[in-house]
Amino acid sequence: MTGIILLALYVALFVAAMVGVGLVTRGREKHDFTALKTVTFGDESAVRPNRIASVISVLVIFLLWGAFTGSSITPIHVPGPFVGEGGFSYTARDAAGQEDDAEVRFTVHPVGEAVEEPALEEGEGFAKNDVGLIGAYRSELFRVVANDGEGAEVIAVNGQAIAPGETVAIENGTVTMTPRGSLNVAPARGFQMESIWLPAPEEVVAAFIDIAVNGYQNFTLFEHLGWSLIRVLAGFVLGAAVGIPLGYAMGLSGWFRGWFDPIVEFMRPVPPLALIPLVIIWFGIWETGKIVLLFLAALWIMAIAARAGVSGVNITKIHAAYSLGASKAQILRHVIIPNSLPEIFTGARVAMGVCWGTVVAAELVAAQKGAGMMIIAASKFQLTQIVIMGIILIGLIGYGIDILMRKAEDWLVPWKGRS
Amino acid sequence: MTGLSIESISMRFDLPNGGHVQALQDVTLSLREGELMSVLGPSGCGKTTLLNIVAGFLAPTEGVLTLNGHRITGPDAERGMVFQQGALFEWMSVRDNVEFGPRMKGMDVNQRREKSDHLLDITGLQDFKEKAIYELSGGMQQRVALARCLANDPDVILMDEPLGALDALTREKMQGLVLKLWKETGKTIILITHSVEEALLLGERLIVMAPRPGRIHREYRLPFAEAGVDADLREVKKMPDFGVKREEILSMIWEMEEEIMGRTENA
Repeated sequence: MTGIILLALYVALFVAAMVGVGLVTRGREKHDFTALKTVTFGDESAVRPNRIASVISVLVIFLLWGAFTGSSITPIHVPGPFVGEGGFSYTARDAAGQEDDAEVRFTVHPVGEAVEEPALEEGEGFAKNDVGLIGAYRSELFRVVANDGEGAEVIAVNGQAIAPGETVAIENGTVTMTPRGSLNVAPARGFQMESIWLPAPEEVVAAFIDIAVNGYQNFTLFEHLGWSLIRVLAGFVLGAAVGIPLGYAMGLSGWFRGWFDPIVEFMRPVPPLALIPLVIIWFGIWETGKIVLLFLAALWIMAIAARAGVSGVNITKIHAAYSLGASKAQILRHVIIPNSLPEIFTGARVAMGVCWGTVVAAELVAAQKGAGMMIIAASKFQLTQIVIMGIILIGLIGYGIDILMRKAEDWLVPWKGRS
Repeated sequence: MTGLSIESISMRFDLPNGGHVQALQDVTLSLREGELMSVLGPSGCGKTTLLNIVAGFLAPTEGVLTLNGHRITGPDAERGMVFQQGALFEWMSVRDNVEFGPRMKGMDVNQRREKSDHLLDITGLQDFKEKAIYELSGGMQQRVALARCLANDPDVILMDEPLGALDALTREKMQGLVLKLWKETGKTIILITHSVEEALLLGERLIVMAPRPGRIHREYRLPFAEAGVDADLREVKKMPDFGVKREEILSMIWEMEEEIMGRTENA
């Protein structure tokens, strides 16, 4: 139910923002060349990302996240769980067939908060009043007839007849009769998520600050993330150091191509995650195993990228270099390698992405430190705020790696796509 | 013996389906030093194959090629090549492209800088020396290709439709530049083209090749290249003989094309 409300709200906000921003910015569009294009549907170059939409999109995520977790960062919230005093009356019948009414009073309190039970006044008749405490989001079993004498049983709640398995709605909750005649009182839960399912944004921030200051599981946050990055870099560098020469050899020699083609083509579609069990059997769960795994993840991607880079050299460039008197070594150094750099960079970006994903997965399986270890350890203790913080950091680092690779590419291969 | 000599070259290779192609049959030619020869012919007549054999990229199945008395067995700096497009190195500046040949030979920096400065000046690229290749227009890129080839000081320059990808106006300017460079450097040049006008303008000698098998069909000796060195090329084109020759060669090639079409349709 909460999911459907969330989706409906998200769609509503999407549409409202689109219409709203459209109205506000009408007449203030840019008057550049693209604005004069009449055909924009299907012209990819005319589709420019609306940056206002990007900003609102991120804000909406935090707004909904806050609204559904009772966060203090958002002004509005969906209804939360009922907290406070409540009660209902029930009718009991004793063995002699007499009927009597009694009251049940309860206090719903946030879990972890110490509260006192409401004062009990037993009342008149054989059915005595009851009191109890219920944690928010929880339910509580009330054996209301326990103090009502031998053979008494509940026949109605708030005047409505009730039988085992049936539910009666009361103010701010429901009462369900169990097969054994007890009353299960479930206060209204509202639509907010409990912290162990989805913590509020500020809890995630607090977890981040706490771990940044105090560390987690014997290692600082910097060490956890740093170790993941070191593993990725080590695996990637080794994979590139072997894969690029291998790819060049495959691109330059028929024998190498023929020899390694079956191996590379077979290994390429094997997901690195599928290699984790074998790598653990062979190399153990420590650093060697992880670096071997990442090496294998990067190796085939880099080999294929380098091979494609060599195949992609325009033959006229090679011919030109030969007729300018260049030797084979000079052609490799001055023509083939620079010409394959764009392909190698594309491969490197893919490989870094795959390695980052693989290292997190490998750390989920077994590790003492690392981003993946941090979130799997936290999940075992239901520390959802740390899990979410870890996922956000993993995402940010992966995004950061890609941005750095792109910057390096622009700097080192400025001619890419312009020949 | 100086000059380029091509003796009874044939080129025949097998196809995967069991057939074979006779790309060239018994081509014999000799060029003296400093000669400018253009080669014309319908598509599939083997003119690019011939050029690639002279460049040393392909080996003929029969016949011998010699340059200044020694056999041609592979590519070498003595035979420079100018391609239609895509042969420049995008990762180098204009200057580095021009200096590529001398640098590979190990010429020292100052010498090759002097050389590239001179060549970039005479090709009209003095203001673009440090630009990246992708910042230049197609015409300017071909000027770089010419300068790069000349920087290596080859004995023979082979041009494979060097102006084919340029627009008409740029092409005309570049034709003037080719003539100017030919006269100034005195290089032996073989130029392949699709354009009859260009072949007439840029050939002391003009060879028309015929297809299937590729062979020399006719040879002309023409005055237009010599005339074009000093005169406006548009004036050269107005010479009465120019028009006559153009029509003659056009109809010759036209007939060959018709014949090819007919043969394919009957096959």
